[in-house]
Amino acid sequence: MTDLFSKFDPLLAEREALMQPGVRDPFGIVMDEIKSPTVAMIKGKETILVGTYNYMGMTFDPDVIQAGKDALDHFGSGTNGSRMLNGTYKDHKACEDALREFYGTTGAIVFSTGYQANLGFVSAIAGKGDYIVLDADSHASIYDGCAMGNAEIVRFRHNSVEDLDKRLGRIPAEAQKLVILEGVYSMVGDVAPLVEMVAVAKKHPNVMIMSDEAHSMGFFGPNGRGVYEELGLENDIDFVVGTFSKSVGTVGGFVVSNHPKFEVIRMVSRPYIFTASLPPCVVAMAATSIRKLMHAHNKRAHLWENTRKMHAGLREMGYTLGTETPQSAIIAVMLPDQEQAVGTWQALLELGVYVNVARPPATPNGMFLLRCSLSAGHSTEQVDTILAAFKAAGRASGVLAAA
Amino acid sequence: MTDRSTVYANICAQIEPFNKKQVALSEATTFAGDLEWDSLTVMDFVAAIEDDFDIMITMNMQAEIETVGHLVDAVIKLKAN
Repeated sequence: MTDLFSKFDPLLAEREALMQPGVRDPFGIVMDEIKSPTVAMIKGKETILVGTYNYMGMTFDPDVIQAGKDALDHFGSGTNGSRMLNGTYKDHKACEDALREFYGTTGAIVFSTGYQANLGFVSAIAGKGDYIVLDADSHASIYDGCAMGNAEIVRFRHNSVEDLDKRLGRIPAEAQKLVILEGVYSMVGDVAPLVEMVAVAKKHPNVMIMSDEAHSMGFFGPNGRGVYEELGLENDIDFVVGTFSKSVGTVGGFVVSNHPKFEVIRMVSRPYIFTASLPPCVVAMAATSIRKLMHAHNKRAHLWENTRKMHAGLREMGYTLGTETPQSAIIAVMLPDQEQAVGTWQALLELGVYVNVARPPATPNGMFLLRCSLSAGHSTEQVDTILAAFKAAGRASGVLAAA
Repeated sequence: MTDRSTVYANICAQIEPFNKKQVALSEATTFAGDLEWDSLTVMDFVAAIEDDFDIMITMNMQAEIETVGHLVDAVIKLKAN
């Protein structure tokens, strides 16, 4: 029988071929119990989490939890309304104040998810006749924001300064342009050459620059603002997009800016207006977490220790990694095919280590990845355990030569 | 004015390095269906075409270009502007 679902048949067939008896589904994992920011129970097995984006280990912070409980008691379970109408409570404003302080900006707007922050900002800021110039490896939410809006979309090769320059040069000088960059690209954890890209972008007329710093908040730059801060570009980036679902440890998204007219976005962004605002407990927890991240220098240092140790350890074993050096808290093990990726992933899981599987089309160059994200919450001993598991799993799956 | 047959010949020459399956080309050849190109190949190919003709083909335009013939039309239109 043919119906609207028939177009998904090839995908269903591919999954069925992969899911032989005894093979576990990388996209069907259930966490039955969460014991700490880095440990969960999965099918009765205590498992170290190495794929959660819980970079700063804030999810069980007692102050954050208490702020959530207080807000739940005093403001109830949800707002039942849009930010624009009845959905803005005291804590939504407090959360935006915390962001202004954290980023040192005059403006901050909170959206209900990070996805919606990109969708809502990108679709609204560039309109008919404007141009968006984006990196080819941009996050899906940026592409979807482009598709939702009416601007002309031009993309350039991932992290290519020369390609960005060439593309900008072909756009009419008088047209308004938004260049979209990311501090850390999440698939392989590589950092963008923002200094060079910003310099090239600024050569062209009528350019504003946005940087998505979702995967760098808390541990890049003197104040943890992101890669752009670490590289001294605070006066050059017009808009920073971020999320609460990674280092902050809850859910939500935001854009910050110093532009004097920035607030108008609240009136023109459909994903901001036509959805319910975040529950008060979520924004209360986010505000508390953001303020704690301003002073989390020890956590920052420990996260970098973990990521360096992990990168060096995996390289030494003979794994091919997405970056030559440890550039961020994401370390991607690159594998040539689905069988090796899923085989190694499952062996790791059975040894009590959970990592992400990433596959095309989400990955660049058709690669299969085992993506590890380190946390400040991982102890040095846990990193040792993770590395030992990678050695055993790689040998079991045939990725590494037998001992 | 840009001669249609010259544009077609140039486009076919640009397709060749990406034509891994040696598909026979005509104006009706589709990029996604016949040539089986993924989005990354499309990007590299579009960049080659843009450099060759010194034009800009936005993603909005790319969505409308399904066949080699569509691309010939688009290039001629862009060169005329």
